[in-house]
Amino acid sequence: MNRSVERTPMVEVPSNAIIPERDLGKMPVLDIRHLGIDFGGLTAVDDFNLTVGRTEIAGLIGPNGAGKTTVFNMLTNVYQPTRGSILVDGNATQGKSTDQVVKMGIARTFQNIRLFGSMSVMDNVKIGMHTHIRYNLFDSIFHTPRYHKGEKLSRARVLELLDVFGMADMANHVAGSLPYGAQRRLEIVRALATEPKIILLDEPAAGMNPSETAELMNNIRTMRDEFKISVMLIEHDMNLVMGICEGICVLNYGRIIAKGTPEEIMSNPEVIEAYLGKKGA
Amino acid sequence: MKLKKATVNKLITYLMVIGMFTAIYILNEGGYLSRQLQKMLVPICINIILAISLNITVGFLGELTLGHAAFMSVGAYSGCLFSIAMKETLPMAARFPLAMLVGGLVAAVFGILVGIPVLRLRGDYLAIVTLAFGEIIRNVILNIDFFGGASGLKGTPRDSTFLIAAIVVLITMFVAMNLQSSRHGRAIMAIRDNRIAAESAGINLTYYKLLAFVLAAFFAGVAGVLYGHNLASITPDKFDYNRSIEILVVVVLGGLGSVRGAIIAAIIMYILPEYLRFMKDYRMLIYSIVLILMMLLNSSPAAIAIKTRIREALSGVFKKSKKTAINGKGGSEA
Repeated sequence: MNRSVERTPMVEVPSNAIIPERDLGKMPVLDIRHLGIDFGGLTAVDDFNLTVGRTEIAGLIGPNGAGKTTVFNMLTNVYQPTRGSILVDGNATQGKSTDQVVKMGIARTFQNIRLFGSMSVMDNVKIGMHTHIRYNLFDSIFHTPRYHKGEKLSRARVLELLDVFGMADMANHVAGSLPYGAQRRLEIVRALATEPKIILLDEPAAGMNPSETAELMNNIRTMRDEFKISVMLIEHDMNLVMGICEGICVLNYGRIIAKGTPEEIMSNPEVIEAYLGKKGA
Repeated sequence: MKLKKATVNKLITYLMVIGMFTAIYILNEGGYLSRQLQKMLVPICINIILAISLNITVGFLGELTLGHAAFMSVGAYSGCLFSIAMKETLPMAARFPLAMLVGGLVAAVFGILVGIPVLRLRGDYLAIVTLAFGEIIRNVILNIDFFGGASGLKGTPRDSTFLIAAIVVLITMFVAMNLQSSRHGRAIMAIRDNRIAAESAGINLTYYKLLAFVLAAFFAGVAGVLYGHNLASITPDKFDYNRSIEILVVVVLGGLGSVRGAIIAAIIMYILPEYLRFMKDYRMLIYSIVLILMMLLNSSPAAIAIKTRIREALSGVFKKSKKTAINGKGGSEA
């Protein structure tokens, strides 16, 4: 990355950005401007502006059907946005394919778990590491020394990553046979293996019990601190969101209705209305 | 040093095939094999190569293609033409390997040409388009006089021997199994397991789909060259969709993604109809029944449960070590 660009003044960021004090004046990791998408005549998301700072944990919340996952799908170019732009460390993702966006530094997990079910936990994470294992097709076919070196290095790295989420002893298990919570964590490890700048977590605590959720919160914090990455998460568990997010963005009917710190969001009347309905109605 | 389960599995497959080939080779040299069996040796090897190569697209990549015989025919014709042209200039030892390389490469080029437009499709659509492609190739060859038309291409030196065919089988196995445990193979299998997740792990779908497709086409082409050099003439009707389906049956029976299974199934499925010839009218009936039975044995939950129990009982007898989490259920291993 070109370090000199980091000092560009922030005047161009149109949103009332949620950027932690420590990052003021730096270029955000993720800079989303006027993002919007139409499906046929329906506008699913419109005028979505958000910036995520370096090593920030940001939350994206909102009622069901608000367009949260659609935003994630646009960020990874699973859907091509109709309007607006997305900058990762200052580089536009427009026109890139999903795998190229991953190489630019956006990794994600899925709301409905998508693991490589028939493969081992080890292989699942190794696939996440795919672009960082350095050997070519010739090495693959003839299992050259370079192949063995690459596999050995990646193996050690996988165990290291699994360890962050307390899963190192599960490396040889078949991914599809893991308990639900472990599958969710494995997806995060696989995303982490792509060496992202920002990781998008789509309902990471869905289906977890309170103690598992508490552990997950710790895991996410450790991950952020250890790997110096930003996190953006969609979650319905308010304990998790209010507990670890530094900035929160609330989406309703495809539009941002509030942005701010957890305290600000909790006392925002519009947010309360979106979740609980109008008073006296 | 403790060997990994996958490595052990691979070793078993190699030992099985090499042991079998050595035994057959010795028997053959000693003159103990019947003429009928002798004639079947090279075709069986060809079937094994075809099954392993189709397994790369159907088993590893998880895409159903029905035009495998077309790549075989492209390889057969180009390899045979090469051999005919070089009959006088090159000795057999240099000519035949070169012919196989030419056949494989031409088939691979066709694999790229067909793959680029076709691999945008998935599932049923891909199956139908590859089927159509196979028929197109066959009809094109049939209608070009240069290739001998319906009466076939004649004059190919009969270079295929069991030894050469067995070596090619080993090479195909080597490539397929090494691929499986590499970064590239993992990427291909990731696409099979979950396309969207694979893409989100940074895997370029087009590249890896094409890679699997082209590798499969290459070995189908090589098998075609072996086939062409085993007969006095080759005719286009030998490469129709029936042949593609036959290979597919072998792959599915052997267990998708399992190289060892494909080898065993290829042998059984070739020998069975030949040895049932004395049954005359009932031959195909029995063949079909055996097919259904083997399918049931391979995929019915009850049969799988019984097999797992037997496997556990066996491993309990041999060693009392802890159970490994991955038991090679014929899936992604070996």
